[in-house]
Amino acid sequence: MIDLSIEKRLKAYRGQQILKISHQFTTGSITKIYGPSGAGKTTLLKTIAGLVYPEKGKIVVDSQTWLDTDNNINLPPQKRMPGFVFQDYALFPNMSVLAHLQYATNDMEWIKRLLLLGKLDTLTDHKPIHLSGGQQQRLAVLRALAIKPKLILMDEPFSALDPDMKTELIAELKLLFKELAATVLIVSHNPQELEGLTDGDLYIP
Amino acid sequence: MDLSPIWLTLKLAAITTSLLFIVGLPIAWWLSKGRSFFKTIVEAIITMPLVLPPSVLGFYLLLAFSPQHGLGKLLQDTFDTQFVFSFKGLVLASFIYSMPFMTGPIKSALQQLPVSLTQASYALGKTQWQTFKSVLVPNIKPSLLTAIVLTFAHTLGEFGVVLMIGGNIPGVTRVASIAVYDSVERMDYAAANTYSLILFSITFVMVISVFVFNKYQAKSPLE
Repeated sequence: MIDLSIEKRLKAYRGQQILKISHQFTTGSITKIYGPSGAGKTTLLKTIAGLVYPEKGKIVVDSQTWLDTDNNINLPPQKRMPGFVFQDYALFPNMSVLAHLQYATNDMEWIKRLLLLGKLDTLTDHKPIHLSGGQQQRLAVLRALAIKPKLILMDEPFSALDPDMKTELIAELKLLFKELAATVLIVSHNPQELEGLTDGDLYIP
Repeated sequence: MDLSPIWLTLKLAAITTSLLFIVGLPIAWWLSKGRSFFKTIVEAIITMPLVLPPSVLGFYLLLAFSPQHGLGKLLQDTFDTQFVFSFKGLVLASFIYSMPFMTGPIKSALQQLPVSLTQASYALGKTQWQTFKSVLVPNIKPSLLTAIVLTFAHTLGEFGVVLMIGGNIPGVTRVASIAVYDSVERMDYAAANTYSLILFSITFVMVISVFVFNKYQAKSPLE
């Protein structure tokens, strides 16, 4: 169970806006997060990951406190270790596909499985610049899964994939999420694409 | 023809550049992360030699390290070491004088990397040091080369600061730029021309190599 309540000031186009969310995510659930641009969806994911610090808030994950601004508790991202898929992929330009996964884990069996899942097994020595947009996005997803995270935070993870690839990948991921017993939060602009995958949603106005 | 000023210059540039690379890289990293009043002050001090007349810097270094008083006297009495009119003094002066050429390009390059690269590495459980070593440094290689070459070339061209703290002692502090000036003073234009031509050639080749090595980068090689 993830128990979350945060307040964070956002820089908005016109003046200031406050992101205020209280929500509970059941362990093992897959939640779709949607809402208008600039509402704070990415900020919410980064706050949970420990990459952004809110003015006020408390995050408790499976009875471990990750953040409590009142008591000055703030676990660094290295201790939270979420599987994070960035909207801009955040791939390392100096690393090949294989090097990305090896940077995250030493488990070669797991790496091989992920490469097959993301259909990148024939491109292991390619650097991001030599991958297509869809391949880059898949690599970003695989890298996040490489650490076998218990919490997976995905920011528009399927936006660059063609419909067939998307359907296939989502079906595979659904099984993998179950296997990892991971709690998953997915930000999406396209509510239809996640049909059948998510079991709850959170609207951020 | 006495070539010792050329060798001395190359030795000075090599030592200064190596020291500055070791010290400048972590400083540039620190400066690239966030802002604070203290950082602004430190950055201003590092940048000062870019705009300050070299003779001013040389003058203050000469005062600070004069063995008659203050810091210079302390070093003389405690360690029996003297910076004024010695090669060590030239290294110290060059170190301060060329520091912005090392830290500047590295700092800008680090700041231009998307912040999400660092965040992605942290989320994978990697420490700041692992992230710096495996993600940040390998992705700013062109700027590292630029910083190294600029620092080396700038040290080759030092004149005022070196003359102030080092003087013009053959084999000890007479670097090539001073040898050029000295030869002209003695009306030995042939020697001045040889020194100048060698300095010109070395610098030209270095700048050309930066352009060649950084040709795949879609920006000015001297950024």
